[in-house]
Amino acid sequence: MSDPREPLRLSADRDRCVGAGMCALTAPGVFDQDDDEGLVVVLDAAPAAEHRAAARMAVGLCPAGAVALTSAEGTGA
Amino acid sequence: MPHDPTTAGTLSDGTAETTAETTTETTITTAAEELPTLPTDRRTGCPFDPPAELTALSDEPLRRLRYVDGHTGRLVTGHAAARAVLSDPRFSARYEHLHLPMPLAGLEGVTEMSPAPVGDFLGLDAPEHTRFRRLLTGKFTVRRMRQLAERVEQFTGECLDAMEQAGPTVDLVEAFARPIPALMICELLGVPYTDRDRFQEHVATLFDQAADVAAKGEAFEAVGRLMAELVAAKRAAPTDDLLSDLTTSDLTEEELIGVGGVLLAAGLDTTANMLGLGTFALLQNPGQLAALRADPGLAEQTVEELLRYLSVADPILRSALEDVEIEGQLIKAGETVTVSVQAANRDPRKFPGPDRLDIHRKATGHLAFGHGAHQCLGQQLARVEMTVAFPALLARFPTLRLAVPPHEVPLRDRANIYGVVSLPVTWDKE
Ligand code: HEM
Ligand code: SF4
Repeated sequence: MSDPREPLRLSADRDRCVGAGMCALTAPGVFDQDDDEGLVVVLDAAPAAEHRAAARMAVGLCPAGAVALTSAEGTGA
Repeated sequence: MPHDPTTAGTLSDGTAETTAETTTETTITTAAEELPTLPTDRRTGCPFDPPAELTALSDEPLRRLRYVDGHTGRLVTGHAAARAVLSDPRFSARYEHLHLPMPLAGLEGVTEMSPAPVGDFLGLDAPEHTRFRRLLTGKFTVRRMRQLAERVEQFTGECLDAMEQAGPTVDLVEAFARPIPALMICELLGVPYTDRDRFQEHVATLFDQAADVAAKGEAFEAVGRLMAELVAAKRAAPTDDLLSDLTTSDLTEEELIGVGGVLLAAGLDTTANMLGLGTFALLQNPGQLAALRADPGLAEQTVEELLRYLSVADPILRSALEDVEIEGQLIKAGETVTVSVQAANRDPRKFPGPDRLDIHRKATGHLAFGHGAHQCLGQQLARVEMTVAFPALLARFPTLRLAVPPHEVPLRDRANIYGVVSLPVTWDKE
């Protein structure tokens, strides 16, 4: 599995988002939903270590594949 | 909704007898005859488990299935395949594309589906579906729904007070499981207090398994009239609620009334059955019940596990718009796919020891709310309702137990949403 210390970058595609809220429920410090449309808002695109597991889980749970995760490159441990 | 039942043929014990104008009779090949039909009989075995025959079919995650009109389509029982189908836009949710894997409850003769009525976006695809969904998602965010927790607590408290007065033996469905979601929907839509009893009465008839077709028809029309009145009232004098907000959107009057009806229909029976059947499941698992009593902090994950374990909204149907390959199998354009939520939620590759109710497990990732673009709009509301209601019930009645032997609890084995018809419970009065 991926190294939990490895930096993480998150992105969200609001066109794909269906506002189901799995992201905000699973990783509340990392994702939110705007009040107007209920679509995903990334609060923290490079979450600290303690939020990474939740962020990864949110990516897997999103029913619309609207949040993605890319490990930052070129940063050796 | 589907065709008038009187014009379609009748069905008995799963044998397809299609309408006169259908000529599939001759085109059903011998191979198709040998294909299984969707098992729905839960009478033998544990009331919380899927039909034994369905479990037997779950050794293959994706297999051929014979539909009531003779159509050869698919059955998905694997968790990964279910996710793949539900998140793929090449599968349509439009009712008119679907073949039925089982007779519809109350409409046993119907073999063909009509297009979604105005406002019923469950039966639409993008972009029509997206238009409705986008208008609504902002009203159902995690944050907004959590803000409703106080109201849920209040309504739950009122129901429990009434139970205490009526007890020590009550039908938990009538006293608790049905009113809480009904009151919350009324709150969300903005149904005035003075209309709530009328509203609830008709809704109860709609969901009453024993009510005859005529009574249901009347209740359906009555709810429609109430909804139309309500929409007119909100337009004239907007208040702080969902329907009032929607009057300023581009939805037509008819669409608005339709959406109101969909929210009612989708939000009531489902949550009510989770509360009723969920309580039954907890009472039948005393170890789990004790763990939850001891640590109400387990409520959230208990709710997820009950959603997985009970999978009351099942199955979900889709139809392939083009040829699609799923797990190495080619699903042809036009084939209907039945996603068995209850089977997928018991897939041992995803949930080890799936037939055990275990409130300590991480059940997230279950498909009880579906997956993909149609994933339940009301799920955060349902979560808040259940997370508040179960612990409140247990805290109020420390000696809560069934008032009848478990095998006498009547099950909704023929309804579209699974659950208990009634749940007689009792407790020790101080
Ligand atoms: C525990 C309770 C509930 C369960 C198990 C449940 C289950 C589901 C499922 C499985 C779907 C997907 C259907 C499909 O893909 O074809 C769905 C969709 C939907 N649910 Fe729920 N639901 C629940 C509560 C609610 C509540 C409380 C509301 C509203 C207040 C609601 C409103 C909806 C709506 C509007 C849709 C259609 C979404 C769309 O098509 O975009 N549900 N629900
Ligand atoms: S989980 Fe996915 S679909 Fe749901 S709000 Fe978040 S990004 Fe949008």
